[in-house]
Amino acid sequence: MLSLPDPTGIADRIDRWRRRPVRVRWRASLGLVGSILVWLAVPLSFPLVLAGYYDEPLLPFLVTIAVTLGIGRWLERLSGDADLGGREAFLMVALAWLFVGVIGAIPFLVAGEGVVSHPIDALFESMSGITTTGATVLVDFSVHGRSILMWRQVIQWLGGLGVLVLAISVLSQLSIGGTQLMETETQTRDVHKLSPHIEETARMLWSLYAGITLTCAGALYVLHLIGVAPGMTPFNAIAHALTAVATAGFSPDPGSVGAFSRAAQWTIVPFMFIGATNFILIYYFVRGDWLRPVRNEEFRYYVGVVVGAVILVALLLLTDPGVSFPLEAKLRHATFQVVSILTTTGFATVDFNGWSPAAKHVLFLLMFLGGMAGSTTCSIKLLRWIIVLKGFRRDLFTAVHPDAIRPIRLSGTVVEEETVRDVYAYTLVSVVIFFALTAFIAVDAARTGLVLSEFEAMSAAAATFFNIGPAFGIAGPFGSYHPFSNATKLAMIVLMWVGRIEIIPVFVLLTPGYWRS
Amino acid sequence: MRVDWRTSVAVTGTVVKYTAVAMAIPLVVALVYGEDLLVFGASIFCVLGAGILLERADPDPDLGPREALLLVALAWLSVGVVGTIPYLLAGYGTASTLAHPVNAFFESMSGFTTTGATVMGEISTDQHSHALLLWRQLTQWLGGMGIIVLMVAILPELAVNGADLIQAEAPGPQLQKLTPHIQETARVLWKVYFAFTLLLAIVLYSLHLVGVAPKMDLFNAIAHAFSTMPTGGFSTKADSIAAFSAAVQWAIIPFMVVAGVNFALFWHVLAGDTRDLFDDTELRTYAGAVAAFVALVFGLLYAGVAPPLEIGGTTEGTAEPALRHAAFQIGSLLNSTGFATSDFAQWGTYGQLTLLFAMFVGGSAGSTGGGIKVVRWLIVCKALHRELFRTAHPDAVQPIRLAGTVVDENAIRGVVVFTLLYLGLFGAGVLVIALDAARIGLELTALEAIGASLAAIGNIGPAFGRLGPFGSYLDLPATSKLVMVLLMWFGRLEILPVLVVFTGSFWRR
Amino acid sequence: MHVVIIGAGQVGESIAADLQHDHDVVVVESRADRADELTYALDVLTITGDGTDLNTLLEAGIEEADMVLATTDDDETNIVACSTAKAITPAAFTIARIKNTKYLRTWEHDEGAFGIDLMVCTNLLTAESIVRVVGLPAARDADVFAGGRVQMAEFEIGEGSPIVDQTVEEADRFDSLTFAAILRDGDVEVPRGDSCLLAGDRVVVIGSPHSVQTFARTIAPKESPEESAEVVVIGGSEIGYHVCRLLEERGLSPRLVEQDHERARTLAENLPETLVMESDATDMGFLEREHVGDADILVSTLDSDEKNLLECLLARRLGVERTVAVIDRTSYVDLFETVGVDVGVSPREVVAEEITRFTQSGAAENVAFIESDKAEVLEVEIGADSALAGKTIRDAMADLPECVVIGAITRDREFIVPRGDTELRAGDHVVVFVETPVVDEVTALL
Repeated sequence: MLSLPDPTGIADRIDRWRRRPVRVRWRASLGLVGSILVWLAVPLSFPLVLAGYYDEPLLPFLVTIAVTLGIGRWLERLSGDADLGGREAFLMVALAWLFVGVIGAIPFLVAGEGVVSHPIDALFESMSGITTTGATVLVDFSVHGRSILMWRQVIQWLGGLGVLVLAISVLSQLSIGGTQLMETETQTRDVHKLSPHIEETARMLWSLYAGITLTCAGALYVLHLIGVAPGMTPFNAIAHALTAVATAGFSPDPGSVGAFSRAAQWTIVPFMFIGATNFILIYYFVRGDWLRPVRNEEFRYYVGVVVGAVILVALLLLTDPGVSFPLEAKLRHATFQVVSILTTTGFATVDFNGWSPAAKHVLFLLMFLGGMAGSTTCSIKLLRWIIVLKGFRRDLFTAVHPDAIRPIRLSGTVVEEETVRDVYAYTLVSVVIFFALTAFIAVDAARTGLVLSEFEAMSAAAATFFNIGPAFGIAGPFGSYHPFSNATKLAMIVLMWVGRIEIIPVFVLLTPGYWRS
Repeated sequence: MRVDWRTSVAVTGTVVKYTAVAMAIPLVVALVYGEDLLVFGASIFCVLGAGILLERADPDPDLGPREALLLVALAWLSVGVVGTIPYLLAGYGTASTLAHPVNAFFESMSGFTTTGATVMGEISTDQHSHALLLWRQLTQWLGGMGIIVLMVAILPELAVNGADLIQAEAPGPQLQKLTPHIQETARVLWKVYFAFTLLLAIVLYSLHLVGVAPKMDLFNAIAHAFSTMPTGGFSTKADSIAAFSAAVQWAIIPFMVVAGVNFALFWHVLAGDTRDLFDDTELRTYAGAVAAFVALVFGLLYAGVAPPLEIGGTTEGTAEPALRHAAFQIGSLLNSTGFATSDFAQWGTYGQLTLLFAMFVGGSAGSTGGGIKVVRWLIVCKALHRELFRTAHPDAVQPIRLAGTVVDENAIRGVVVFTLLYLGLFGAGVLVIALDAARIGLELTALEAIGASLAAIGNIGPAFGRLGPFGSYLDLPATSKLVMVLLMWFGRLEILPVLVVFTGSFWRR
Repeated sequence: MHVVIIGAGQVGESIAADLQHDHDVVVVESRADRADELTYALDVLTITGDGTDLNTLLEAGIEEADMVLATTDDDETNIVACSTAKAITPAAFTIARIKNTKYLRTWEHDEGAFGIDLMVCTNLLTAESIVRVVGLPAARDADVFAGGRVQMAEFEIGEGSPIVDQTVEEADRFDSLTFAAILRDGDVEVPRGDSCLLAGDRVVVIGSPHSVQTFARTIAPKESPEESAEVVVIGGSEIGYHVCRLLEERGLSPRLVEQDHERARTLAENLPETLVMESDATDMGFLEREHVGDADILVSTLDSDEKNLLECLLARRLGVERTVAVIDRTSYVDLFETVGVDVGVSPREVVAEEITRFTQSGAAENVAFIESDKAEVLEVEIGADSALAGKTIRDAMADLPECVVIGAITRDREFIVPRGDTELRAGDHVVVFVETPVVDEVTALL
């Protein structure tokens, strides 16, 4: 072979890297992913039972249960007795979401109904579910069986639960992008042996999460019973409760929550709000420490942002001559849409495509905010924005007083400089990825001849990367992502995944330093 | 110790006073072309009067660091304001769009901040006097290397706090002192700048003399040299550089690229140290970015994916025009000049998005270019890579190096904050422009709004769509124009020096 | 010779002990009790006083001193003392012991600066000695001659080594490498072609650095020093810093662990290729997280001997192949090496060795000791009047005593392989292995 001169020594460096051993105990990560897959059989049995009840084909779920048990068992066998350290945790997190996303697509494929019989679309739907995005490619809801529709809801609920465990037990301890600042139940930073800790926290979160979901389903069904929500059958009540608390946004009805009565819409609002509140705060609140949330600075900002945005949008709707709802409806739609977008749920009670540009832009901006850290919400999260803004203020202050030392405080505690740096970096990366995805969507739309305005491209990028769901234009709340090309859908699938697990666990896997030094 | 604003106002007066001196040049041009002398005569009188009046705010100015910040912010604003006087006087009573104060202010600020976004309507010597058009070019040239740098170079009383002043004005995260005396540094920078401008004017005029550039007469040669070196982008022709021959276009490309390079490097080269030029990481990255973007756009143009509607032909499958247009547009937009040889607003999605990304790059620190600047991107990328590395190795201590030298942690934070603020202001600008257009019923696509905001804060000039290189910002509502003026002001002074003036702590303690 | 030693620390003491029999040694010490101690322990004159004080120095007989050694723990004191001595007695040879390399740089930049004829930098020398050992994993001792063109190293031949049970003739298949000695059961033996190499023997080889590396790789393939060798340095002291710097120069990317935040930052700024970690190096969580156990070599340069020992033992347990510890107390070296440290390096010993080289009489430019004084490896320049100039090695060997081996020759800065018919010329630098009893005889001949 012709040997080329290597003046930069890059080939030599690569060669040296190759010879270094892999320093990640990937078997341990895979083993844990295997256990998760085995447990996935339990939630899969719920739509199975439903399919039996409604006399729908059982095969999709039986196949999936077999596959997940098979792969799960096989992966579990890989696992040594190695501990799950920090580095292995990244791999585990990234792989867990990926594997569950892929397996979640199997029922759609086996059922073979509608657009999701195509593998890419099935994967999109499944990934959108497990990442609690709520962006759908379904065009015609009526061709799908109830069990398949319920599977969409269940997978979102699982995604929400997974994210809670992830955010509170894993990421905060690995201090991803400043998440260690959020209120957690333990302040231990020993990431060395995560597994027992995860189990304990997960149990606490699981019961709380299930409790809130049950309450929501119960509340909705009670409305149905007393006759103010005729469409809210037990099926619908459970389906919407599953995705409201997960701040996910799928609905078995093509009209989303807009298909239900006013009372149902008002009832869902507080549950979306709770879904985007730090669950540790809720935990303390339920245990009787009622003032705990009020003492939390992030929570105060959260309430402030919600109230402010609701007032703003309501005013815009009230003054907009193009929107002809009664006063109560305007207020309700403003409240519902603001809470839905801010908490990254993605339900809709009305097609906000028809709103004035100003109102649409406000909703678009809300997409970047997100709810509180430590909840099922996605996006950049208020915690980080608060720190970014405080950092800006500090930097302006130090520009005037170059010698001043001014630590940044959050709820009275000093934030470490390193954390501030992490948060800046995280925010910057998010914004850059958002731009890149927008450009990709726009270019790909031009390639395939899809007519797409830049605003639609931007909102679709934000809605998927920040895991919100509906965008503006064709992918609007009552629209579908189906018209996008497969390349765009794949990019969105990847970025939903990246965005959901807070970017860094995926990106760090791409650096050589992670594997071999 | 409150801010002694009188001091800043007084020195601003001095700066304004010297602006009147610069107005003597268009006065001479008016004399040569036999045009109305009154416009610039009266302007000089007004500006001189205003300057002297302001100077009386504090007869014995003593600048501290905080006053320096205020001065820089104020000086740029007031120069922009007095720069409108010739436009207003010349436009008074005529159909000129510049007769409207907001338009005149937009044009003047766009000139001084080297943005090059225009609302002039019809740009030609038929409509406007030679003197006025040259004044437009001259504002860019003055703003390019920096008015304050110029003042430090010529006024001994500013030299004491010169470092603070230049730091606040000069592009880039860190001040580079070339000589022990800041005044000398300022002079050196202006000398190098002047030399390049002169060289370009000579090159362009020689092209005219040898007959390959029939339209590039002496007036145009000087006018375009005046707006190339500061990465400005104003032209005396409505269709920018497309109005000139291919030879002229080729000749301008290297000068635009050079204008985006750190001028301090040229000083080292003149001092005989050429190694610096090749060792400089920023320069290498800048050159790499230019080359990569040119190659990409060339590919697009050559393949005909983005057909440029050059006056009189297509470039599909023809190498020379494709390369020329690719190199010219990238050379112009990447470092924020804003000249055009082709209406890239017609280039289709691929071409426009490529150019949009190129606009985010910006020139080098210490150049006349705008934008985020290459060195900041370098630092941001390294900082992000470090964050990832530290995620896998939480105990690692990793300083960030640039060409072997360690970058201070505070400087890194400053750079990241700047980049975030820049993106934030840019986003806010997009929002305001889009909503404002929707308010008055002007149909503006998101790309146009994005382009307008970026073109203003990055001091680039032309955007896309109707705001493209051969278009004009005239249709935008007055509020949008004022917002853009604000963005240009923020962008030219790199945000922080202006933003601090708006904080309470600046004034109180 | 009249020798004045300023500072009676461990370095000063060990040098004084070396010189006490053949020379008049005066030791200046500021602490009276320490001075007293020395008076009884050694056959030297001790004077209590400040080494930078003129009267004290005069009292020590500085005016007729041939050599002045400043070995206190304080750099500035040593420099001032040497300068003062040089000012009074320009003929005296002044040697200063320095910790801070910044003074060494000044001195190297302008030799003879501060009136010092030889500056010996403790930290740098120790680091160099560690790096030599690290560079040759199987080596127990290593030294360079002729400005780095010739290397001497002592290897232990392990059980599985391919040269076990071979004769020297069979084993000698390396270009530009000479077997200088075989050390067996504490005896030094000059190898002949038919000498057999046994497992457990130690061999001394002299040759070009490359050939010594190749040799090292051959006799112990498992411990071969690859370029990708992973070195972990514990403790960011000056020694640790220099070790990393020297390793970087050799193209390695070591990892350095330092607990102090500020110091870690400074180190990271000054060592571009090193990965600096800020952590307590005895934290097992940290060691496991960073996979320190996978490292090929661990060098512990913490400030206390006990910590270094602990660190090396920890590393051993985690699976590090070789551990090197800096040991301040010379007397601990053997103990530590028995307990589990592979190589112990004592800064004091290193410095004493360096200084002793210069105090040795004769033309030897450079010297290394084998088996604590049983033999020496000398670097000698052949003078124009030398009896050997112009002779071939075969003829020269006939003139020399039996227990001498010519290991390598450098001529005009070029390495020359010594063969029987190689002619020796005036100006050549020869590196010879000599058994101690005949050293004087040999140096006189050369």
